[in-house]
Amino acid sequence: LRLICTTTTVQKKNVGASGPEKYTEAFIKKQIEEFNLGKRHLANMMGEDPETFTQEDIDRAIAYLFPSGLFDKQARPMMKHPTEVFPEQRKIQWGEDGRPFHFLFYTGKQSYYSLMHETYERFLNVQKHQDQLIAKDLPLQKEKRNLAGSRWLTKIELEEMLLEKLSDDDYLRFIQLLQKLVALPCADIEENYIQKFSKEVPVQLQKVVIEPLQYDERGVAFSTGEGKRKTARATAVVYDNGTGKITVNGTDILHYFPVLQDREQLLFPFQFLGRIGKHDMVCTVSGGGRSAQAGAIRLASAKALRSFVTEKEVEFMRQAGLLTVDPRVKERKKPGQEGSRRKFTWKKR
Amino acid sequence: QLDHGCALHTAARDGLGSVSTQDVPAERPRAVFHTSESDPAKHSEQHEGRLYNIPLEEVKAVFPHGLPYRFQQQIQTFNEARVMVRRPALELLTYLKGSNLAQPAVRYVIYGERGTGKTMTLCHVVHYCSRQGWLVLHIPDAHLWVKNCKELLQSSYNKDRLDQPLQASVWLKNFKTSNERFLQEIKTQRKYMWGKRESTEEGRPLGEVVEQGLARVRSASDAVGVVLRELKQQSHRGSLRLLVAVDGVNALWGRSTLRKEDKSPVSPGELTLVHNLRKMVRNDWSGGAIVTTLSQTGSLFKPSSAHTPHELLGKEGFDALDPFVPIPVANYSPREFESCYGYYLERKWLQHEKAHTEDGKAELQFLSGSNPRQLDRLAGPL
Repeated sequence: LRLICTTTTVQKKNVGASGPEKYTEAFIKKQIEEFNLGKRHLANMMGEDPETFTQEDIDRAIAYLFPSGLFDKQARPMMKHPTEVFPEQRKIQWGEDGRPFHFLFYTGKQSYYSLMHETYERFLNVQKHQDQLIAKDLPLQKEKRNLAGSRWLTKIELEEMLLEKLSDDDYLRFIQLLQKLVALPCADIEENYIQKFSKEVPVQLQKVVIEPLQYDERGVAFSTGEGKRKTARATAVVYDNGTGKITVNGTDILHYFPVLQDREQLLFPFQFLGRIGKHDMVCTVSGGGRSAQAGAIRLASAKALRSFVTEKEVEFMRQAGLLTVDPRVKERKKPGQEGSRRKFTWKKR
Repeated sequence: QLDHGCALHTAARDGLGSVSTQDVPAERPRAVFHTSESDPAKHSEQHEGRLYNIPLEEVKAVFPHGLPYRFQQQIQTFNEARVMVRRPALELLTYLKGSNLAQPAVRYVIYGERGTGKTMTLCHVVHYCSRQGWLVLHIPDAHLWVKNCKELLQSSYNKDRLDQPLQASVWLKNFKTSNERFLQEIKTQRKYMWGKRESTEEGRPLGEVVEQGLARVRSASDAVGVVLRELKQQSHRGSLRLLVAVDGVNALWGRSTLRKEDKSPVSPGELTLVHNLRKMVRNDWSGGAIVTTLSQTGSLFKPSSAHTPHELLGKEGFDALDPFVPIPVANYSPREFESCYGYYLERKWLQHEKAHTEDGKAELQFLSGSNPRQLDRLAGPL
C-alpha cells in the first residue's frame, strides 16, 4: 500500500547523521570548484551569460541536453551544487592531540545534550524575567503565540540539524521541554530561538475555486468542466433551462453510447443532484475506450455542475466521489512476467 | 398503487386539459392514455399519443405475421393489444383517405432510426386498411427472403431464377389467414400450368391457387407470383382495392447472403419471390397504395448508422422506388413518452418502487433517450 497522505519530510532518510566523514573537506572543495567551472562551461554552451547563470537555468539546460523519460525525477541527470548533493557531514570532533573539542563529547550525543542544556538555560532565563516582572508588578502576558499554524520539527529534521542520530525518547523530551518553554507567559523574549524549531503548516489546503456561471448570447447560464479517466480527456459545457438533451462529439448519446452502462454513468451526476431534465449538455471527448470516455464525461459534467449548486451539495458530491479523478491507470508490464501481474507458466523442469 | 396511479393521472389530466369527447368520463384512470376508439379510421390529432385497443380476434385475423416479436410477447403478457397513435401514422392515414384510386398507386416509404416504431406504424396502417375492406398484401420482413434460406430450387418457370419453397409456403399460409373472404371472390383471369399435370382453369377462385401452392410446395413460389399478378390486374381494373405493405423493402435491392451450389453469390433479382415483389412495388398499376418500411436491423452489409432511404436502398433501389412520399418516424415526444410510461405503470409492468416516482420517470427518459425500443428493453427487467 502506498501512503499518499504523508509528506516527503517524513519519508526521507537522514543520511547526514548516519556516520562520520566519508568525504574529506578537500574533496568537497574540489567538487565545488569543478561545479563552478562546469557551470560556466554550460553557460557558454547555451549561449548565456556565465555571470548570471542561476540554478534554474542549469536545470533547464540539463533537461534540454540530456532528455530522459524516466519517471523518477531523482533518477534523471542533474547538476547541483555539491552541498546539496553531498549531505552535510560531521567534521572530526577532536584535535591532533586526540582531545575532543566539545566538553560533552564523551556523552555520545554531544549536540543533543548541548541543545538540551541551552534550551533549559533559556527556560530558566524566562522564569527569572517573569519573577522580575512579578516583583515590579507589571503585566506578564503580552500576546498569545499562535500555535495552530505551526508545528515542531520532526525527528528527522532535528537529526539533520544536529547531524547525529536521536532516539524517540530523546526527541520527545526535547519537544516537551520546548512546549514547557512556550507555555510560560513571558516566552516572547526567546521567540527567535523558538522559531528555529517550529515550522509553518500550510493551513489552507488547496482550496478549489468554483468558477461563477457564465452567460452566453441568449442569456442562458452555462459552465464548463474538464475530466479525465485512464487516457480519455473530456470537456463538458452544461447549459441551464434545458430539456435533458445531451450531445457528445456532435452525436446524440443514444448513438454514441449504445451500452446502457455508459449512459448510466452520464446520468449519475444529474440524478444525484436531482436535476435530470433541467440541464442540456454539449461535450467533446477523445482518447481512451468506451468506459473511459463515459467516466471522463461524468467527471467533467460533475465539475461543471458545481457552479450551479450550493456549497453543501458540492461537499456531498465530493463525498460521493463524483469530483475525484480516478487514479487507476493501466499497470506497467514488468520484465520476467507475462503481464503486469501474471507470471509465466511455472515449469517444474 | 392504484391510488397513486389515479393521483398521477388526474394531475396529468388537469395539466393536459384536452379530453376527447368520445371518452367516457367514468373511465377516469384510463382516460388520459387510452382511447376507446378502436377504429383507425376515426383516429385524428386528438388521439395523438394515446393507445388504442385491437380486439384479440382481429389481431389473429389481420396480423398473422406482421407484428414485431417483442410486441407479440407484450400482447401475450398483457392479454391485450394496444397500439399507440402517432403522428406519422396519422399522416399516412390522411394521405390514404384522400388518395385518388384511379391514379397510379402512390408509394410511401417509412424511414427512421432504429427502434422508433416504423413497423408499428405499418401495422397501424394495415389495420386501418383491413377495416376499410381493402385487400392487404402484407410481407412481414423482406429480409427473411434474402437470407437464411436452406433450400433453393431452380425455378421451372424460368431457368435463371431460383425458388424458395419454404418461405413462399409460409407466406401463402399467412396470406390465406388474413384475406380469407377475398380468396373466394377473386377469380383467375387465365389458365396456369403447374408442371406437366396440374393446372388451374380460368375463372377459378384465387383460393385454389393458394391451396395449390400450399399442397405442392415445389411450386409455391410460382403460386405466389400468380397471386401477385392476379391481384395487380384486378386492382388495376378497379374491382378491388389493394394495399401492398412491405416491411424491410431495402432487402429487395441489396445483396443477399445466399449462394448457389457453385458458391457464387445470388443477387436478389434472381429469386422468384423478390422478382415478383419488385413488380408489385412498381407503380404501374392503380387502385391502391404501396406502403413500405426501411429497416436497418435486418439488412445485410449495411452500416448501423444508415437510416436515410438513399443509404439503405442503394442507387438501384432508390431509382426503382423513385417517386415516393417519405414519412420520417422519430423518437417519442414528451407526451408520447408519458403515455407509454403511464401504460406500463397501469399494467403493473414496472415493479421497482423507484420507477413509480417522478425521478424514476426522468431517469427512464434519460436512459432510453425517448427511443421506444430502448424504453421497452429498459422497462423489461424493472
